[in-house]
Amino acid sequence: MEGIALGYWKLVLGDYFYRLVIVIWSLVIFQEHVEIMKCVLDIIKGAISLIVGMGVTIKAFFSPVVTVQYPRKVINITPRFRGHTKLVADEEMPDRTKCVVCGMCAKNCPSNSIKKVEGEKKEGEKKKTATEYILNFTTCSQCGICVETCPFGALAFSADYNLAGFKREDFYFDLVKEFEERKTG
Amino acid sequence: MNELMVIINIIGKETVRAIIGLIGVLILVVINALILTWAERKVAGHMQRRIAAKEVGPFGLIQPIADSLKLLGKELLTPVNVDKPLFYLAPVFIFIPVLVSFVVIPFDACLQVKDINVGILVILAFSSLSVFSILIAGWGSNNKYSLIGAVRSVAQNIAYEIPLLLSLLPVIFMVNSLSLKDIVEFQRGGWFVWKWQFFAFLIYFIAAVAETNRTPFDLPEAESELVAGFHTEYSGMRFAIFFLAEYTNIMIVSAVAATFFLGGYLGPVLPGFVWFLIKTYFLVFVILWFRWTFPRVRFDQLLNFSWKILIPVGFVNLIVTGGLLKL
Repeated sequence: MEGIALGYWKLVLGDYFYRLVIVIWSLVIFQEHVEIMKCVLDIIKGAISLIVGMGVTIKAFFSPVVTVQYPRKVINITPRFRGHTKLVADEEMPDRTKCVVCGMCAKNCPSNSIKKVEGEKKEGEKKKTATEYILNFTTCSQCGICVETCPFGALAFSADYNLAGFKREDFYFDLVKEFEERKTG
Repeated sequence: MNELMVIINIIGKETVRAIIGLIGVLILVVINALILTWAERKVAGHMQRRIAAKEVGPFGLIQPIADSLKLLGKELLTPVNVDKPLFYLAPVFIFIPVLVSFVVIPFDACLQVKDINVGILVILAFSSLSVFSILIAGWGSNNKYSLIGAVRSVAQNIAYEIPLLLSLLPVIFMVNSLSLKDIVEFQRGGWFVWKWQFFAFLIYFIAAVAETNRTPFDLPEAESELVAGFHTEYSGMRFAIFFLAEYTNIMIVSAVAATFFLGGYLGPVLPGFVWFLIKTYFLVFVILWFRWTFPRVRFDQLLNFSWKILIPVGFVNLIVTGGLLKL
């Protein structure tokens, strides 16, 4: 009976049979065979974990890329993005801003980033119109207090992040000018 | 045509063959390095789900040429206190052995520069020379990072050369020849990796990754600890030659693995050298794949793994194979 079993395993395992026999036998004769078994188990576990890791990377290798080729393609900016502040157009008269030059934003700005809010009263209009609104973006921390305190809701965050300049003065934005540029497109 | 034959007869056919072969090998080495720099960046990119080089040429294929032109144009800086002869010689020494190793590798049944009957010995002997040049580079640079990198490299290469030999020996026992061509021809009945020597293949591949100083065994040039290890002080084309040697070494170990365990140029339908290149570059890809999967091992882990696991398993494998052959 044993002979048949041996023959069966020989058939199944082929040449590996002898190796298995020798490995098992050597494990048995060692005094610390428990330690060695532990070591062998460790190696097997380690090998499996390595294969799992390689599976992860090869899956990533064949999955589509997630990056966007930036200058050619841009992703949509989420509405909550805080860029520099911008002036909001009036709903009734889209060619002018809601700003009435009250100066609340400049008073409330904790870092004194709003340098200048100037305006004039045009003929036939009840409210003042902003002619100059200088924001020093170098010290602005986008805290949003100006946006919150504006009594007319004339300020909002823009989604513009392509900001680069060579001088400090490049970041003194005139929001009225920026609004005019936005209006004309 | 007649004059050419006369000239060839005067010089001797073997010499002509050797010269043409060496030129071919040089071209192969350079093209291989160009492809591998590109491939490494691409593999790295896609494994991190980004695109990698894509601007220069289609799929960024011309990027390595642009890179090498840039390196050619760079100034060769020599730090003040270096050991000048050694510092200059190291890149040369690292490049010669990799050229010689290609001479004996059979790319096809007839495509081999020279079938030496101790082929594998040539490869092993010359590839162990590269450790020597790393040591020279580290010592000559007069820089603590370079020296530590070089010392690590020597310890590592000595430790991993033994399992490398132990994994190749069973195959040599079975074939009864050191010639690489005989070893390939022997595998017409079935590749060694499936049929008899799977463990030997595993040991060989792990040891080969360690021999080429690739991740997870890249301690000699561990960027996070040693700046760049033994080639910290090298710039411009000297640095490029170290890189060339590294990529060529990767190809050599893969080519030897393909020859010994994956049946070399044997395969259906396609011509032999195509099969050989497919197998080789598959193994190269696996090495790149390792790099972007595994973290670096600790130094004690590295040495323990070789001396306590790979070498005993290699010996058991060797003894069992020898015993089976005697049965």
